[in-house]
Amino acid sequence: MNKGFVRGIFTVLIGLWSVTLLSDTEGVFDQYREMLGDDNPAIFVIFDGEEIWYAPAGPKSVSLEQCDLGLGPGVVEGAYAQLPRYFPDVDRVQDVEARLEYCMTQLQGLTPAEVHEKPYSLRGDLGTELEALVAWIADQSSGLVIAPGQAHAKERATYALGENLFYYRAGPHDFSCATCHEQTGRRIRLQALPNLTTHPGAAEAYSSWPAYRISQGIVRTMGWRMRDCMRQQRMPELIMGSQASVALQTYLAVNGAGASMAAPGLKR
Amino acid sequence: MMMKTIMQFLAFIIFSSAVCADEVYDVLLDSMTDKNFVTVERLKQDELQAFCSQPRSVSADEARAAELRAAALSDVPIPSDQNYLGDWQRGEKVASNGRGLQYSDDPEQENGGNCYACHQLDPAEVAYGNLGPSLSGYGARGQSIAMLQYTWTKLWNTHAYNICSHMPRFGAAGILTEQQLRDVMAFLFDPQSPVNRTQP
Repeated sequence: MNKGFVRGIFTVLIGLWSVTLLSDTEGVFDQYREMLGDDNPAIFVIFDGEEIWYAPAGPKSVSLEQCDLGLGPGVVEGAYAQLPRYFPDVDRVQDVEARLEYCMTQLQGLTPAEVHEKPYSLRGDLGTELEALVAWIADQSSGLVIAPGQAHAKERATYALGENLFYYRAGPHDFSCATCHEQTGRRIRLQALPNLTTHPGAAEAYSSWPAYRISQGIVRTMGWRMRDCMRQQRMPELIMGSQASVALQTYLAVNGAGASMAAPGLKR
Repeated sequence: MMMKTIMQFLAFIIFSSAVCADEVYDVLLDSMTDKNFVTVERLKQDELQAFCSQPRSVSADEARAAELRAAALSDVPIPSDQNYLGDWQRGEKVASNGRGLQYSDDPEQENGGNCYACHQLDPAEVAYGNLGPSLSGYGARGQSIAMLQYTWTKLWNTHAYNICSHMPRFGAAGILTEQQLRDVMAFLFDPQSPVNRTQP
């Protein structure tokens, strides 16, 4: 059967389901997750991501097959679980998104502006190429142990920076990441909040992104999660693959290290 | 020679020990862009924000904390007419409204207080958060001028009593207007407000 058609059906079903979700309770989402069992609509996005990886693109019309995600050019299996990490060719720590930007500009000849034009979907979109790529790359690490680099001095400095960013209060509401995520057993309205300063909380959160968001019908990446948390903190827009985005993800990945990746997850 | 070694040692201590606040600010400035009406101006910290950005593991400077607490307290305007209580029904709307000051929000709309995100208020509302304490039955804590002043101050600038509290400075930061604050006060204190009805 046509993949796009199946995906369309899924989207419609999910749309109908969400219309009935007048009360945004986790219980209903749990029922939905139960109904899906081991199935996750993200599978279609993963297929797309794989196709995009191998498809020639950009002014140079080459694929991403020679992109080095840290385990050597073209090695995708297991790469996500070891990110963010230090890359000698750029002399800095990168997450999957910063690395994809590097490969798209270096290998495919895209400009940074083109890569940054719309990395993440807006509400109602069907997904971006970057989201699909990240979904596929993360899926290639599913079940593997989270082991971000911490051997290089810049990797450790990035973790320290991430911790400081986590506690940085600013803006009209004086919010930081810690406002919502440094205590255990808390929630906003009915939304449970993981304690990201602890291993169990960080592991639960980090291992489940990227995730298919049921309420939005798209796969969201960890980078998007960082950007959206900043929006909710009343901060300006966090740039995809920026130093702050990478450092915050490094803080979470290192705190969650040792747990197994379970992405793409399925979320509210 | 000796001097040089000492200087190098000092430099090592200073630059290797911690990420300094200025560096964090510079990184944020490089990592963010203006969006709609929200600009990178917001990334600058005031004294209180800077003081309250230490990881919990870092022991607080008690003297500095006392200074900032006193400064917060002295800045709270007490309504000249001693009129603290507005309309509890409007206050209930402010408490339920989570919009305001995000770049995705409409700046023409009035800001909400989003009290339910963190506090239980009307005991019949099940969708309440628990980052802050329950305020159900708040009116029973007393209706004296002292109690009204205390609550007004807490809403205006929580740090006057609880330095580095997670709560926003609703008055001092201009998130809510004085009238909205009076309405929220009424929502907390009015005997007719659902906050003060009998627990189900």
